Amino acid sequence: MTTAELDTPRELGQVYSTADKAFRRTTAGIGMTVLALTGAIGLFLGYQAIPTLRRYGLSFFTENQWLPQRDVVGLSSVLLGTVEVALVALVVGFPLALMTALYISEYAPRRLKSWFVGLIDLMAAVPSIIYGLWGFFFLQPQTIHVSRWLAQHFGWIPVFHVDTDPNAATWAQTKFTASAFIAGLAVSMMVIPLACAVMRSVFAQAPLGEREAALALGATRWGMIRTVVIPFGQGGIIGGTMLALGRALGETVAVLLIISPAFDIKVNILQVGTETTSALIAGLFGEASKAQLSALLTAGFVLFVLTLAVNTVAAVFVNRSRSGAATEI
Amino acid sequence: MTVVNEGVELTVTGNPPTATPDVPRALATRSFDDRASWMSAMAGALGIVWIAYQITGWSGRLGFTLLWFVVYLALYAAISRAGNPRPVVFDRLAAATVAGGAVVVGLALLSTVSYTVQKGWPAFSQWGNFYTETAAGVRPTAPLDQGGILHAIAGTAIMVGIALLISLPLGLGTAVYMTEVGGRAARVVRTVVEAMTALPDVLAGLFVYATLILVFHLDRTGFVAAVALAVTMTPIVARSAEVALRVVPGGLREASLALGASQGSTVWRVVLPTARAGLATSLILGIARISGETAPLLIVSGASTYQNLNPFAEPMNSLPLYIFSAVRSGQPNFIARGFGAATVLLALVTVLFALARYLARPKRGSR
Repeated sequence: MTTAELDTPRELGQVYSTADKAFRRTTAGIGMTVLALTGAIGLFLGYQAIPTLRRYGLSFFTENQWLPQRDVVGLSSVLLGTVEVALVALVVGFPLALMTALYISEYAPRRLKSWFVGLIDLMAAVPSIIYGLWGFFFLQPQTIHVSRWLAQHFGWIPVFHVDTDPNAATWAQTKFTASAFIAGLAVSMMVIPLACAVMRSVFAQAPLGEREAALALGATRWGMIRTVVIPFGQGGIIGGTMLALGRALGETVAVLLIISPAFDIKVNILQVGTETTSALIAGLFGEASKAQLSALLTAGFVLFVLTLAVNTVAAVFVNRSRSGAATEI
Repeated sequence: MTVVNEGVELTVTGNPPTATPDVPRALATRSFDDRASWMSAMAGALGIVWIAYQITGWSGRLGFTLLWFVVYLALYAAISRAGNPRPVVFDRLAAATVAGGAVVVGLALLSTVSYTVQKGWPAFSQWGNFYTETAAGVRPTAPLDQGGILHAIAGTAIMVGIALLISLPLGLGTAVYMTEVGGRAARVVRTVVEAMTALPDVLAGLFVYATLILVFHLDRTGFVAAVALAVTMTPIVARSAEVALRVVPGGLREASLALGASQGSTVWRVVLPTARAGLATSLILGIARISGETAPLLIVSGASTYQNLNPFAEPMNSLPLYIFSAVRSGQPNFIARGFGAATVLLALVTVLFALARYLARPKRGSR
């Protein structure tokens, strides 16, 4: 009389005590509060945006002037300026961040490594207004010479063209100040540490076995970096750059200090005047009228959607590369 | 061959083990050729560029440095090519380029800090009045030995304090929820919190404006500004605290639970104390971040010139706002004060940062 039944595992249900339940509910409540807070940012900005979007419709994105007193409001030039400043920041910042990350993770003497990591973190902690001061008072007087040189030699490319004669003996210096180029340089100082930190942490995880295998096969240090570290860190490079892009799109104070507002659609980044979404909001908010306020809130909503999209893509890339899914061992 | 091993005599056949312990080979060896190549290329490039500048009459420090670097790379490649195979040449060029990029970033950081301190020193070193007086009744053109930034320092301290009171429980609670409770909802919270940390800071100001000021009709007081700062700070604290909590070994939690402790007291008595250093670091970095936050304050904060210690009435000034209005005034003395305040802010951030690094330092001997 043996039982033919197979052994079935006992149900391992978890029973929480009252204290545990209270604890779990409380923390879950806090977590949900933060979640609601975040959701509320999007909801409130979106709610405030409805009247404006209904009133101006698609022209809110195609109109380039910002004249609320004449009921003409549009974001096209502002969005273009935002992208220009962010692109300048990335074009300058990306190679520098990549090289710094490679230097710290691959070349720096081991004893100094943690110091360099600390310095990069400190660079990220420096308030953006200080980079703004530096960009406006220190960088700008020097950079206009670079701008002039670029305009002299590459002025035939529309991007580097300036509506003045850069070769004149007394050249119009004011034509080269307060440009998207200079603002982008200041913003690059803020995105470099951000991108560098992400890239460095991914490079540091490149598998030791593969590194040693490359070296044992006779690769030089650069050969090892090119064949092991960079392919492994690809996700981190892309993700870090996207994070940097998100930051560059939303940077406010440094840009506000440097640029002089201009609402024309133009691609010549060296020339005076541009406008970015966040600088527009921060600059006009103080003395804005009721109608203009809701237009500014709408601009904020557009910025919210834009950066949220960029950051989410970045997070996907960074998480994928950190989980080690990119390696095939 | 016989080897004495703890008093037992063993007879080993086959390959005898080496008597000396293995010494790892020094990997980073540099030959004389390595060192001499880059040094001579550096010196040669300096000479060539200097002569070129003398002949052509070019000017500009930036161009000089850039040209020097380019000529250096070319010379370095040529010198290396003389006695080395191609891969070594590429290796050296890559090393030189990478180091060059790192040097540029280092110099940029150095120039930011030194320029701010240098411009700020005249005001920063007015020990008699800069830290003990406010800007009340002081004209922007007044000399630097009149007026100070006490009101801005006090305002920043109060705002950061209130923001801390709000965001510490929220951030820490969220971190505990994400690590200790978990589940699908917690994953959603984590994703959202991560997206929040990278959100433009100006949006926190807009949000608080759209809610507290538009809906609840509050004035632009210190409290409203502090709420905006708290909105910025909460996700930062939550995310970095979560990282600190995640490294607490699970064995400690299980030991506590096995002794019959409830989950709440496990967290309170075991997890949080273990992660104390990491939590302090995350908190300090959060403080450092919001003390220099300007963009939300431009939207929701008024700015006073007098001392206002009440966060619920009248506007309140803060260091970043003071700096912003000072440097935009166009008055040399007021700009100098702005740089003085910027130096104070930079010093504050650096001290907080050093403190955080000190707390988070790897402990010797433990585990």
